[in-house]
Amino acid sequence: MPRTEFSPSITSRPVYPGLTPQGATPAIMLAEGPGAEAILDLAALDASVMDLAHLIYIPAGHDAGLRLAALGAKMYREAPSYASALERYRKALADARMGTTLYLAGSEGMIGQAVAEALAAGLPPEAIQTEHRGTIARRMQCVHCKGVTENVTIDPFLCSHCGLTLFVRDHFSRRLGAFQGVCVDAETPGIVPEVQEIKP
Amino acid sequence: MTIQFHDETFRDDYTFHNSPEGIRRFPFPFDQDSYMYSVNLEPHAGGKAGSPFEKRFDVDEHYVAEMRDRAITLAEDPLRCQSLPHMELAGWDFLELVMVSKSEDYPELFMLNRDGDRWHWINRPLGIEQRFTFLDATTLPCGPMEYITRQTQGDHALLDQRDGNLWMDAGMVTSQADWSLDFDIGMNFFEWHAPVPKAHELGVFQRALKFLLNLQQGAPSRRLNWTMTVNPRLDTSPENYHKWGPEKRTVAPGNVGAKQYLRVELQTLWRLPRSNAIAFPIRCYLCSLEDLVTVPKWGRRLHRVLRDLPDELAEYKGFAVNRPVILDYLAPFDDGAPTSPGIFPD
Amino acid sequence: MTSRLLRVSAIETLSPLVTRFRFEDPEGALLPLFSGGAHVVVEMPDAGVLRRNAYSLISDPMDGSGYEIAVRREDGGRGGSRFMHTKVALGDLMRISAPVNLFSLDLRAKKHVMIAGGIGITPFLAQLKQLARLQMPFELHYAARSRAEAAGLALLPASPQVHVHVSEEGNRMDLGAILGSQPLGTHVYTCGPEGLIEAVAETGARLGWPKTVLHSEVFMAPPPGAPFDVTLAKTGKVVTVGPHQSLLEALEQAEVEVEWMCRGGACGRCETGVHACHGTIEHHDHWLSDDERASQTKIMPCVSRFTGETLVLDL
Repeated sequence: MPRTEFSPSITSRPVYPGLTPQGATPAIMLAEGPGAEAILDLAALDASVMDLAHLIYIPAGHDAGLRLAALGAKMYREAPSYASALERYRKALADARMGTTLYLAGSEGMIGQAVAEALAAGLPPEAIQTEHRGTIARRMQCVHCKGVTENVTIDPFLCSHCGLTLFVRDHFSRRLGAFQGVCVDAETPGIVPEVQEIKP
Repeated sequence: MTIQFHDETFRDDYTFHNSPEGIRRFPFPFDQDSYMYSVNLEPHAGGKAGSPFEKRFDVDEHYVAEMRDRAITLAEDPLRCQSLPHMELAGWDFLELVMVSKSEDYPELFMLNRDGDRWHWINRPLGIEQRFTFLDATTLPCGPMEYITRQTQGDHALLDQRDGNLWMDAGMVTSQADWSLDFDIGMNFFEWHAPVPKAHELGVFQRALKFLLNLQQGAPSRRLNWTMTVNPRLDTSPENYHKWGPEKRTVAPGNVGAKQYLRVELQTLWRLPRSNAIAFPIRCYLCSLEDLVTVPKWGRRLHRVLRDLPDELAEYKGFAVNRPVILDYLAPFDDGAPTSPGIFPD
Repeated sequence: MTSRLLRVSAIETLSPLVTRFRFEDPEGALLPLFSGGAHVVVEMPDAGVLRRNAYSLISDPMDGSGYEIAVRREDGGRGGSRFMHTKVALGDLMRISAPVNLFSLDLRAKKHVMIAGGIGITPFLAQLKQLARLQMPFELHYAARSRAEAAGLALLPASPQVHVHVSEEGNRMDLGAILGSQPLGTHVYTCGPEGLIEAVAETGARLGWPKTVLHSEVFMAPPPGAPFDVTLAKTGKVVTVGPHQSLLEALEQAEVEVEWMCRGGACGRCETGVHACHGTIEHHDHWLSDDERASQTKIMPCVSRFTGETLVLDL
């Protein structure tokens, strides 16, 4: 699955320019599902990026573990989900020093949460590289109940917490790592536009 | 000058009303018969006596009721007031600015005594007396920004300046024109304005940012912005959109004059001393169409502005669906006569 | 630019070349507070020429009883620092601008690392007081050629976070060691000669630091140079810029209104359009982009100069 190309949007919508090797500098790498291919491509460009890298992989049904493990990262771990990888990832950030590069590859939901975590830990945004691979499902925050609905692929969608029908905005909060969902039928309850698949 | 504070509501039974003097001093936002975005900043250095521009922080007949409405909103949703940790110093700067300004501009309402860092504040309209230690947040019932903005009309954002940009890193937002502080906190100037149509292409934000980055201490600026609101509702937040949204569809020819309000924001910008942050109070004024047309110049002009506004802007300002009813109501007040320049009544 | 007349209330020699000046309100009123890293512009009426130089405030930002600056005498300069050293006396009234900060601390930082070279110590003196008040982690490195020249020594607190590097004593500053192992969230601030700022930028780049956390302030006095003429498009008037005068100063002398703020090529306020240019603009500012410089359609009159046939400004 190649790198996803998104159509141009408003300035608050994140863009994922792709991973570029920064050489054998300290690195934290977080890959999810087909994001593994982005790390493999990165290492193919410059194998030395793995020398000081701490690589965490969340397979999410995409089995690239053996190939990633073979890249020779300084440390390699797999975790069944982002939530289960979180403490390990936080520890890696807490131990990191300035000059560390963070490589993130996978879905928007994972990248958004991981970026928010890294920024809170003090990593400068310019030290974060991102590449989108795999599902274009979005992580949506309901502006009304503040609940987050993961893996949203349709617009409008039902908030999994408060049940309101929300439309999918491109407005994105880096701090929350989520897009904004707003009630689509607030003015005319029950009158909801036809459901569409989200496009990149 | 004694202000008669109204006992009124901004929700449920909506007993909000402007006095005749309140209508005359309404900050009508259009200085000509058409509207397009512009940076339209001017020095906030006083203004016509009695106008909302005269004092640094205008206190009017709605003060007590607005603060009561804010308290209700915050009790339901404390996330309307947030401050990222590095903004506490800016919060103190802003508390100082408001307390000093109000106690100097309205000595009969507010009193501030300072003995070094030992401060004593009295707010007579709200019946508040507080002794506290400046720069020690543990001596206030809440953070400094929340403390002072529970006593200051308008929404307030505190903007951190760094990397050649401004960052919305703290705010008290309970009477906003449809944006969420909880969502936008931490965004930079271009990001939090991202959903605004057209203005980006016009370069408005580039120019405004350049101006704001050079804003100087002691030389505040101001501008007016506007939108339309059905019912005199302060909390038109996205958070509660599903609750107030249906009211937007209750406008009809028989009630539009009383129900449809022009909502004007008097935005002021202040460089803060210790934090180098910018305080951005967004003060909201409401006036119903039927009150507005009592000033003939405003009736004529509002009709022309709303009639000629591009659809995209009417949509963004949230009144496209009611525009025909509004125009039908206003048209009889527009006899085609020329209007005088400027915003004030003739 | 708002400004006020203040009285010189103290003058103290810090080193053979550096003198400290204190200004207070003549009526004893409190002055506006400021943030560490802020500067003021001091007006110097010097024999018919009005000079305006920017100096970092070194006093406590939370103390409004006075403003203090430290001025290094630059005998090869345009005369401003010489004026301060030789003409200014206790009790004089001088016009001082409101404080402006173009070199503020990033208050989100989990740690602040300050690197000063020579007289570049000045903005940090105020920042140290601010950091002490806010109880934020920091370290400061101060490089000087010799102890005698290190004017900042008398003003620095004796604190384990303050490191003095005197090259004459063989204790040179090791930037690689300073930047080598700092925690996430560290911001670096450098003030001093251009060479020091470049060295920090190079070391930072080598160690993987993003540019955005490497802050710097060059001590930018308008550089002297060969005299040149400019023509004003609106009036056709020709203004001559002397060798020790900036274009902005020459325009002010000719009573041409130009807005300004930092007078050091950083804030962008005096940006002026170029109507026609036959020759080369010597851009000395930190404001215009490389493209804007190359196009020769804009000039920052506070620091930039010109060589060539004709320069016509949109004034």
